Amino acid sequence: MVSTGQSSSLREAMAEGAPSTTGQPEAAAAAGKPVAGHEKGKPADAKFVEFIDVEKLYGNFHAVRRLNLSIGRGEFLTFLGPSGSGKTTTLNMLAGFERPSQGVITLDGKSVDRLPPYERNIGMVFQNYALFPHMSVADNVAFPLSVRKVPKAEIGPRVIRALEMVKLERFKDRRPTQLSGGQQQRVALARALVFQPTLVLMDEPLGALDKKLREHMQIELKQIHEMLGVTVVYVTHDQSEALTMSDRVAIFESGDIAQIGTPDALYNEPATAFVAGFIGENNALDGIVERVDGNQCLVALPTGLTTTAMAVGGIRPGAAVQLAIRPERIGGSDEPADNRFKATVDGRIYHGDHQRLLARLPSGQVLTVKVSPDAAMAAGETIDLGWRTVDCRAFAAGAAPNANTANTGSVS
Amino acid sequence: MSSIAIPGIKARTGATDRSDSLRPLALAAPLLLLLAFSFGAPIVLLLSRAVYEPTIANTLPQTIAALRADSGAGVPGEPVFRAFAADLKAAQAGGTIYEFAKTLNTRLPGARSQVLRLARLAGQDPAATKEAIIKAAPLLGEDQGWAAIRSGTNRFTSFFLLSAFDLRWTDQGTIGAVPSAQAVFTRVFGRTFLIATLVTLATLALAFPLAYVMTNVRPVIAGIVLVLVLLPFWTSILVRTAAWTVILQKYGLLNDLLLWLGVTSDRIELMYSRTGLIIAMTHIQLPFTLLPIYSVMRAVQPSQLRAAQSLGGRPFTVFRRVYLPQVMPGVLAGCLLTFILCLGYYITPVLIGGASDQLISNFIANYVNVELNWEMAAALSFVLLASTLGLYVTMTRYLGLDLFKMG
Repeated sequence: MVSTGQSSSLREAMAEGAPSTTGQPEAAAAAGKPVAGHEKGKPADAKFVEFIDVEKLYGNFHAVRRLNLSIGRGEFLTFLGPSGSGKTTTLNMLAGFERPSQGVITLDGKSVDRLPPYERNIGMVFQNYALFPHMSVADNVAFPLSVRKVPKAEIGPRVIRALEMVKLERFKDRRPTQLSGGQQQRVALARALVFQPTLVLMDEPLGALDKKLREHMQIELKQIHEMLGVTVVYVTHDQSEALTMSDRVAIFESGDIAQIGTPDALYNEPATAFVAGFIGENNALDGIVERVDGNQCLVALPTGLTTTAMAVGGIRPGAAVQLAIRPERIGGSDEPADNRFKATVDGRIYHGDHQRLLARLPSGQVLTVKVSPDAAMAAGETIDLGWRTVDCRAFAAGAAPNANTANTGSVS
Repeated sequence: MSSIAIPGIKARTGATDRSDSLRPLALAAPLLLLLAFSFGAPIVLLLSRAVYEPTIANTLPQTIAALRADSGAGVPGEPVFRAFAADLKAAQAGGTIYEFAKTLNTRLPGARSQVLRLARLAGQDPAATKEAIIKAAPLLGEDQGWAAIRSGTNRFTSFFLLSAFDLRWTDQGTIGAVPSAQAVFTRVFGRTFLIATLVTLATLALAFPLAYVMTNVRPVIAGIVLVLVLLPFWTSILVRTAAWTVILQKYGLLNDLLLWLGVTSDRIELMYSRTGLIIAMTHIQLPFTLLPIYSVMRAVQPSQLRAAQSLGGRPFTVFRRVYLPQVMPGVLAGCLLTFILCLGYYITPVLIGGASDQLISNFIANYVNVELNWEMAAALSFVLLASTLGLYVTMTRYLGLDLFKMG
C-alpha cells in the first residue's frame, strides 16, 4: 500500500514539474520509522480531546445529541456520516466557530468553552481551501506565524520548510488562484501546520478534488500525519477515504455517533444496520427472528428459508430484523458455510479483478456476490451459495437507513 | 478581440482570421457610430472651443496687417487705428459686430459698449483720428486693451484655459494671477472638490457598515434592505431633490422633528446651506457607493474569515489583513464613482445649495445658457474632464483598481 502510494506520489510530483529529488528523504522517513512524538496509548493522552455530554440545538433542531467522545494524542480520527448528520457541527464546536448548547469540550485537559477560535491553537483545513486570494502562497503560509508575532527572520525559513513538506516551495511567489485545486489544498495544509498546532481539523478537505488526485492526497495526508505525529480530526462523507486514512472512525447518524472504532472493526462488526450499510458494500435481507441462542439466532426469510446469524443488540424471537452480509463473505459450494442456499443468476457484472453476480434466492431476495473473475456463470444458471454464521449479522429492523443509497454509495 | 470569437465557428465556416476579428467589431459598429456622433464628436467640438477662437482674427484682417507693420509694443500708431476703424465699419456692415464686441468683452471687460460706440463712429466718420477713436473707446488708449486685441488675433488661444485657473498672460508676456476681484474659478473648483470629498466620505461611512450587515443577514432581509436603498435610485433626481426641499426647509419635516425631539431650540437653516446640500447629495449618491462595496463583500468567502481566525488572527487582525484588502477594490470603486458623479452635480446645488454653494457645473451651465460664452464653458469643462480622468488613472495605476474588472 505504502509503496504504491509513494510511487504514485512521485509520479504526481514529476507531472507537476517538481524536481524528483525533493521530498524523497522525508517520504522515506515517513514510511520507514515512526517519528518521535507519535506515541499512542499513553494513558494521559488518550483523552487529549474530550467531548462530555455535548449538545447543539438550532431552534428545535437537534444538530448534535449528547455526544461523548475522547480523542487520543496523535490519533487520526475521522467523523464519517451523511450530510446533516452533525459531523461538521461537531467539528465547528471543537474549532470554536460554534458554541455547544450544553456540555463541555476539553483540549489537553482544559475546557475550551470560553476560548475564541484564535486562542485555541488548532489548525484547520477547509473544503474550499479558504486561501487568502490577495496574498502570495508564501504570505498565506506566513499568516499564522506573523499574527503570532514570530520574528521575521524565523518566519521565512519556517514557511519554506512547510512548503517543502507539501512539495510546493517553487510556487511560493504565486497567487493561490494560479495553482490547481490539489496544489491549493496543499498550501492550505502547509498553512494549517506551519505554526505547529497539536490538533488539526480537516473539513472535507479533498471533497473538491477529482478521484485520482483525492486518492493521491489521502496518502500524502497520511504520511504527513505520521511524520509530524499531530492529532487529526477529519470530516468526510466518503467511506473509502475514512477507511484508508483513519486510526479510528466515528460514524455519525442524525446527531449521534452510531459507532466508533477502527476501520476493520466497523467493517467486520458493524453495531447497527446503518453502519453496516454505510461502511462498505452490504447485502440487506429482511427476516423474522425465530429463536435466540446466546449471541446467535435463527432468522426466517420469506417462503420458509432460514439462516443462522449473529444477534447484534437485544433482539427477541418474533422481532423483525435486518440481516447484513458482505458480498465477499458469500461463498460457493466448495467453501465452508453454515447456511447453504440454491440461487438463480440474474446478472453478472465484470470488474476486472473480480466479478459480481446478482443471485436471486428462492425467497425472491437478490444478493450481490463477489466471485473470482474466472468463474464462468451465465444468467439463468442455478448455483449453490452459502455463508458462515459469523459473517451474517442480524440487527433490529426499524433503525435501518435507506440501505440502497448506502449500497450505491459504496460501490464507487 | 479574438477571445470573443467562438473557436468552433471558425473551423466550421473556414473563415479567415481577419474576418474573425472584424466580426465583433462589425456587431458593435452601430453603437460605436452612435457614440462617435452623439458623444465623441460634440465633446471634441465643444472642448476645441476652449483653445480655438477665430472671431477676433476674422473680424480684424486690416488691423492684423497694420499691426504687423507697426513694430512697437503697447498702443500702436495712427495706421493701426485707422485699419481698426475700417475693420469695425466692415463688421458693422456685415452684421458680425455684436459677436465681435461680445468676444472681445470676455478678454477685455467693458470693451463691448466702447466697441459698439466706435463702430457707429466709424460708420459716420471714415477719417476718424487716433485721438477721436481713443475718445470714443478709452480702452484703446491703454496697453492692456491692445494686449487683448493682439492676443485675440491669434486664432489659437490659451486665454480661456488660463482663466479657468484664474491665470492670465500679463502685459510683460508672463503668466500671472488675475486680479483677485476676478479670481473665481480656483475657489469654485476647490469647493467642488471639497463637497465631493465630504459627500464621498459620508456615503462611505453609511455604506460600508450597511453592506457588511447585508452580507451577514438572511438573503430575504438583505433583499429588502437592497430594495429600500435602490428605491430612491429609481426615481428621478429632480423628484428626489424636490423631496429634500420639503424635508429640509425651515418649516419642513426635519426641523419639526429636531424641535420635537428637543435637539435644537430654534429652527435651523438647512435649505440653501452647505449642510443641506451635503445631506441631499449623500442620499442620492448612497447606492453608487454601496453597490460596489456590497458586491465585493458578498464575494469574500466566510470560510476565509474562519480560516484566518483558526490560524490565530484576532477579529481586528482578520478584518485588517484578510477582509479589508479583499473589499478594498469595491470601496475604491464605489468612492471613485460617487466622487466623480459629485464633481458634476448640477440640479441639487441649484435647488438646495445656497449662492455660495454653487459647483463648477453651475458655472458651466451659466456660461452656456446665460452668458453665451462657450469658450469659457469649454475651458471649465475641459478642466473638469481632465481632473476626472486624472483621478481615474491615478486610482487604476497606483491603487491597482480596475473598474472594468468590477463585477
